[in-house]
Amino acid sequence: MTNQSRPISPHLTVYRWPITMTLSILHRATGAALSLGFVAMALWLISAASGSAAYADFTDLLDNLFGKVLLIGWSFSFFFHLANGVRHLFWDVGLGLEKSQANTSAWFVLVLTFGLTAAYWLI
Amino acid sequence: MNLRSPLSHVLGSGSAKDGTEHFWGQRLSALALLVLGLWFVIALWRIESLQYLDLIHWLRLPFNSVSLIFLCLTLAYHSKLGIQVIVEDYVGGAFIKVTAIILSNFAHLFVALAAVFSILKIAFGAQE
Repeated sequence: MTNQSRPISPHLTVYRWPITMTLSILHRATGAALSLGFVAMALWLISAASGSAAYADFTDLLDNLFGKVLLIGWSFSFFFHLANGVRHLFWDVGLGLEKSQANTSAWFVLVLTFGLTAAYWLI
Repeated sequence: MNLRSPLSHVLGSGSAKDGTEHFWGQRLSALALLVLGLWFVIALWRIESLQYLDLIHWLRLPFNSVSLIFLCLTLAYHSKLGIQVIVEDYVGGAFIKVTAIILSNFAHLFVALAAVFSILKIAFGAQE
């Protein structure tokens, strides 16, 4: 079905990215990241079910800069995917589909995401 | 001489006429996760600490264990549907695409079972 290695002209690197396009791929990316986060959450629960020693070993794995980056990344992904997901649900019932509305809600989602992530970690 | 009739070659082509359950399931689980997910992150935010004993005591409250089981099952379902769409979009070739989706489904089920098992083990256990 697919023709491999036919050349295509550059597009993603050439034309300006609409904000809606950015949020769309971010929604997919954060979704995939959250799927990995679910695996991590299951491992966390398994370690807790295996006793205090196993749990301490697991939390020690995340008790460094990389672990902090992962956790902040997952919380950012969560808040973004949640906010943009609500935006999708509005679209599903037919609301907010005008280009101007979609652009406005896009910025709203971004502000909300950064705000919630910051509030979550700083408060 | 092919044993198949010309009609049999053509039948099955065209629209898949399938996908409504996926669409609806994704939206329904999204709504549930809206509530459950927010509950979970807020609960984690407010919990005394994430030390072993505090976590165990929090998990042993029936409302928390049941809600967390609900969250894990819904999360696995929503994630399974989402990953399927990603695989369908990017993984080429019918055989590897179907294989990837089957593996993803099995993996999601396994992770969900592991998570639920762990929650129950903690909730029913007496050890400290």
